[in-house]
Amino acid sequence: MRPDLELISDWIEPDSRMLDLGCGDGTLLRHLAETRGVTGYGLEIDPANVERCVASGVNVLQYDLNRGLGDFRDASFDVVVMTQTLQAVDQPNLQLEEMLRVGREGIVTFPNFGHYRCRLQLAMGRMPMSRVLPNTWYDTPNIHLCTVTDFEELCAKLGITILQRAVVDHAHRSGLGLRLLPGLLGEICLYRLERR
Amino acid sequence: MPEAIPADSVGLVTPRKIHFDRPLELDCGRTLPSYDLVYETYGELNAARSNAVLICHALSGDHHAAGYHAADDRKPGWWDAYIGPGKPIDTDRFHVVSLNNLGGCKGSTGPNTIDPQTGRPYGPDFPFVTVRDWVASQARLADTLGIERWAAVIGGSLGGMQALQWAIDQPERIRHALVIAAAPRLSAQNIAFNEVARQAILSDPDFHGGHYYAEGVVPRRGLMLARMLGHITYLSEDAMRAKFGRELREGGLSFNFDVEFQIESYLRYQGRSFVDKFDANTYLLMTKALDYFDPAARHGDDLARTLEVALARFLVISFTTDWRFSPARSREIVRALIDAGKAVSYAEIEAEHGHDAFLAPIPHYRAVFTNYMNRVAEEVA
Repeated sequence: MRPDLELISDWIEPDSRMLDLGCGDGTLLRHLAETRGVTGYGLEIDPANVERCVASGVNVLQYDLNRGLGDFRDASFDVVVMTQTLQAVDQPNLQLEEMLRVGREGIVTFPNFGHYRCRLQLAMGRMPMSRVLPNTWYDTPNIHLCTVTDFEELCAKLGITILQRAVVDHAHRSGLGLRLLPGLLGEICLYRLERR
Repeated sequence: MPEAIPADSVGLVTPRKIHFDRPLELDCGRTLPSYDLVYETYGELNAARSNAVLICHALSGDHHAAGYHAADDRKPGWWDAYIGPGKPIDTDRFHVVSLNNLGGCKGSTGPNTIDPQTGRPYGPDFPFVTVRDWVASQARLADTLGIERWAAVIGGSLGGMQALQWAIDQPERIRHALVIAAAPRLSAQNIAFNEVARQAILSDPDFHGGHYYAEGVVPRRGLMLARMLGHITYLSEDAMRAKFGRELREGGLSFNFDVEFQIESYLRYQGRSFVDKFDANTYLLMTKALDYFDPAARHGDDLARTLEVALARFLVISFTTDWRFSPARSREIVRALIDAGKAVSYAEIEAEHGHDAFLAPIPHYRAVFTNYMNRVAEEVA
């Protein structure tokens, strides 16, 4: 399993009712169902991923996240998770608000555009590409990239409390350097959020 | 005629008939003292009797869902693309039961069968039947076949509504419900189309108040019009454009009311060929069953509350260009299932065919269907 998913798993209470926005092949939901008795649904738009979820017995709903979460009631989930998807949606600010309307808590992970290698590439006059951002600028699903500072500023503006933060490198290690300079050394950011 | 019966076909099949003597009380308040149900089966029932799957048919469907009745049949059963060895409903793993519903015209008791009390066809005196009545009669069929619990109940369109009703009325007797291209109830527009179809039949001078059997005629024009109208709603505009466009049969305009455009030719052909194989009274009954379907009505129009009793897991499937029962209608079902905390997966299949897509071989649809049924097969093995 992807190491960021391992980290997230530790943040989710056993027997939670969970919604996974952009659930991919359903790995996280399946893992949590097996290890923590978590129930819930994954939202996914890619046909091949929907097929994989169905094959592994994950409840998957073929939804376009950009259409909003109108089909879900307020506070109907314990936790709403969105891994490596925030940067690919039309309006990340609305998506965050929707997450925390539908779920009591939200968990978000995204690639940090403020990582020093990104900054270096930009300083050299090029759009950054890396292990966590492998796409060319002209053919990428990642249309709303942000830095640690940007994201935390948005949370403050939206009245969202950050309950927990983890910033890791591409190998999902979190050493002293990362703790001291998260915005510069972190490649992937993980947040646990709640509405204030 | 198929050159040879394909390897992934269930092959030659023979319908069977069961007579039921126990009276069936119907939603309309009347009682059927006795009745017959015609059905087909494909694949073997396992020793635990746990691998049985029920196929529910749509408006003009019947029990002949797969295979051939004779080696020289031009076409296989109506859902042959999805039922057979190695197909999504894999007859190497499942015992498939497919019946003709009560009120049908293909052998089960209906308007064109003899009323034992009068010795004449029921005709318009056949009682109105509902989706609930069908489920009740299908449950008795299951009793007779020794099937305590279906591995899955599966249907498209009106068939999907039966699968949904099964989950509500017989929660202990169904493990999975596959609700395809359906809706939780008809919209005003849906009912409007049905009403025009009915008026076409009812106003045909050959209808004779439904007693046309005795007159030796059938309301051909009315039934044909009803079917033509139906076909317009089964296809998407894109599919119609792609298939027919404004193409003319002859090179130019002929300034008369004969068939000029290919679409006219298609509709007339569909209408005409339908008249020879379907009964007008049954068509009237089936459209009424559609109009009346509204399981939430008994629970204050709250579909989520209606579904609370369900124990089944659900797969709901819709098709992007289906405007008869659009994806939004399927999402109403999904939303209610989520609110009721039920296990549900939902696939919204990109397809150009319109409502008819549920019968078409579409790779993504097929893959989702296959993967889901594989899980069901593993569960009941």
